[in-house]
Amino acid sequence: MLKKISKIPFSGTPEQEEQLRACINESKHDKHLLMTVMQKAQDIYGYLPFEVQKMIAEGMDVPLEKVYGVSTFYAQFALSPKGKYNISVCLGTACYVKGSQQVLDKICEILGIEPGECTMDGKFSIEECRCVGACGLAPVFTVNEDVYGRVKPEEVAGILAKYN
Amino acid sequence: MKSLAELAAIQDKVKDSIVLPEGSGDVRVVVGMATCGIAAGAKPVYDTLTDGAKDLSNVTVKQTGCIGICQFEPVVEVYEAGKEKVTYVKMTPEKAQRVVEEHLKGGKVVEEYVYNYKPDQTDGGYGTLAKSDFYKAQKRVALRNCGVINPESIEEYIAMDGYKALGKVLTGMSSDDVIKCVMDSGLRGRGGGGFPTGRKWSFTAANKADQKYVVCNADEGDPGAFMDRSVLEGDPHCIVEAMTICGYATGATEGYIYVRAEYPIAVRRLEIAIAQAKELGLLGKNIFGSGFDFDLHIRLGAGAFVCGEETALMTSIEGNRGEPRPRPPYPAVKGLFAKPTTENNVETFANIAQIILKGAEWFASMGTERSKGTKVFALGGKINNTGLVEIPMGTTLREVIDVIGGGIPNGKQFKAAQTGGPSGGCIPAALIDTEIDYDNLTSIGCMMGSGGLIVMDEDTCMVDIAKFFLTFTVDESCGKCAPCRIGTNRMKEILDKITSGTGTQADIEKLEELADHIKQSSLCGLGQTAPNPVLATLRFFRNEYDAHVIDKKCPAGVCKALLTYKIDADKCKGCTLCARNCPVNAISGKVKEAHTIDTDKCIKCGACMAGCKFGAISRG
Ligand SMILES: Cc1cc2nc3c(=O)[nH]c(=O)nc-3n(C[C@H](O)[C@H](O)[C@H](O)COP(=O)(O)O)c2cc1C
Ligand code: FES
Repeated sequence: MLKKISKIPFSGTPEQEEQLRACINESKHDKHLLMTVMQKAQDIYGYLPFEVQKMIAEGMDVPLEKVYGVSTFYAQFALSPKGKYNISVCLGTACYVKGSQQVLDKICEILGIEPGECTMDGKFSIEECRCVGACGLAPVFTVNEDVYGRVKPEEVAGILAKYN
Repeated sequence: MKSLAELAAIQDKVKDSIVLPEGSGDVRVVVGMATCGIAAGAKPVYDTLTDGAKDLSNVTVKQTGCIGICQFEPVVEVYEAGKEKVTYVKMTPEKAQRVVEEHLKGGKVVEEYVYNYKPDQTDGGYGTLAKSDFYKAQKRVALRNCGVINPESIEEYIAMDGYKALGKVLTGMSSDDVIKCVMDSGLRGRGGGGFPTGRKWSFTAANKADQKYVVCNADEGDPGAFMDRSVLEGDPHCIVEAMTICGYATGATEGYIYVRAEYPIAVRRLEIAIAQAKELGLLGKNIFGSGFDFDLHIRLGAGAFVCGEETALMTSIEGNRGEPRPRPPYPAVKGLFAKPTTENNVETFANIAQIILKGAEWFASMGTERSKGTKVFALGGKINNTGLVEIPMGTTLREVIDVIGGGIPNGKQFKAAQTGGPSGGCIPAALIDTEIDYDNLTSIGCMMGSGGLIVMDEDTCMVDIAKFFLTFTVDESCGKCAPCRIGTNRMKEILDKITSGTGTQADIEKLEELADHIKQSSLCGLGQTAPNPVLATLRFFRNEYDAHVIDKKCPAGVCKALLTYKIDADKCKGCTLCARNCPVNAISGKVKEAHTIDTDKCIKCGACMAGCKFGAISRG
């Protein structure tokens, strides 16, 4: 999978670093826990910038290329920061058959960005996902934790307006 | 937990709270709070009910898993001692408040909120879910506790005979007895392949090693399928129990559950279940005083479809890129951390405790000659009743679509049902009387898959669907082997050509040839099955491919490049609405005169057709 790598400079806080160090210390006895650490790191920073990957590699005592290899293999690891509101449009089969592509197109049109990108003001980012498990409500998209089901393209603008 | 008697004591203590004793006047209210329920707004409904019932000593309000009728979420069910349960659908906090006042306090059912409410019905005005077409033909084995018990309470699981099978196994059966029982039941893997579960266990059992593992595949990669999620969210303890039984049978003392990270609620409930089982000594050391130890860990996936493949899954648990390994050696010989490992799907495990308790014959009495038991399907797409259904093997597709599914919405024609996700194929309308089991589906070039069943109607373009699945496999190919990495890309390019109107007959032939090569030479199941959706649609819907390449038309009206919009001059009243709706000003005409579309400018968005009040615009 090709990933968009962010050029936005890294701006981690000392608190974040402390959290990350704590979770590395918890797991460094077992290198198999690399992915678990990376998942926690992403929870802490919202994405996995190069600087964070380096800290993980050093802390877990694994080669950096291995961390990078894992981070680029799995769709969930983000190398770019997400917007304040991350929109995730389900392109699972159930949603696709019910027209989620049109919903995605509409969202992209309104925000003027493509999936994988973030708006200039850092407010919205869009990603595609595969089945959030709410197929009964297809087509589905989520904005951060909020789930919107049975969405029609013409309703998109109204929903996005709530996040201004 | 030291003995069966101790377990029975817990069961006695809590049983009455679920199976309400006749004449007790007790009321149990459950709110469906799986992912879909919560997404539809079950939380505020639950809060309203809990709050409203807090002064009613005879009423308990509990959360539960998926009740199965997804499009009616949020769902609330009220159980009263000695009465048929009442199913309230599409609930809101306001409606819940009325249920509190009129039903829980006043004893009168609020009929208009009940499932299948028909005002003119004579027998009480509302239908019961259990007797509905949707439910009648179903048989719940794997889902027996989903939507019934509170998944976050081990006591409620025990009340429904939970951990009794584990007790039976550890206090009175040898590991050979357990394997024989599973083998005799005829249970086959529900993760897609359909490999006999008992045989799989016997392979691992036969290998000597200092450490063996049990792995539960809860990666559920098929997009559009949510059976495993529902089991995990609705009945997590049944997986904990079955994995422990498997550990005993195969000689493993540690287990891993690999769950996709997209299922946070399932993960949380599994964590709770494991912690509760540990506290009661149903996991850990010397379970049931038998000397058998077993421990469980959870690992999260990170969104890679190939990690559903068993060897890739194990590589991922080990903390690596989830690339598959060549087989042999099979996991039973060299699996997780290079130790003998048994890997089964969630739904496979969900059947185990019942098989142990009720016996192999009981299980084998359901289903067909070579496919025993039931199968859970996530019914979705163009169907009236979307939801989770569990049917005996051998049920016909017709029954699933017409009866359980309630037919196709808006009076449209059924075209095909897709099973097996990106590795599967489709069953066309002509074969709607196919009895669903492993072998019948394989014989028509389809596969059971893990249980996604997506219904498509006349508005679905089969070429577009094939392209959809191929786009998926192109994205998800791990890149380790060339046939899959490159081959699927070439196939997708051809499908792009066909759907954009530049395809030729030779392209279709090339597609078939490529498919054949990829199937034969890919490293793992992902590549070996990736061409299936193309081959299946080519087999049953060749005419649609031909229409795309020869006539340059998309019969279903999906492939935009092949569409043209036309205004019927006789029907057009010249109202100008379409011209005003058109985002690119491609429509011209005078007021009260027939309008025309400039096809060069037209971007085929369909806004004109959607808005026309006279049905004057057609697409072809
Ligand atoms: C590409 C690919 C994806 C798979 N995805 C899943 C999955 O999501 N869930 C699953 O249980 N099995 C999946 N399988 C099947 C597993 O490899 C394995 O056969 C199965 O989990 C075995 O369990 P069972 O015998 O209980 O069915 C997948 C196989 C392939 C080739
Ligand atoms: S396909 Fe979209 S939620 Fe399942």
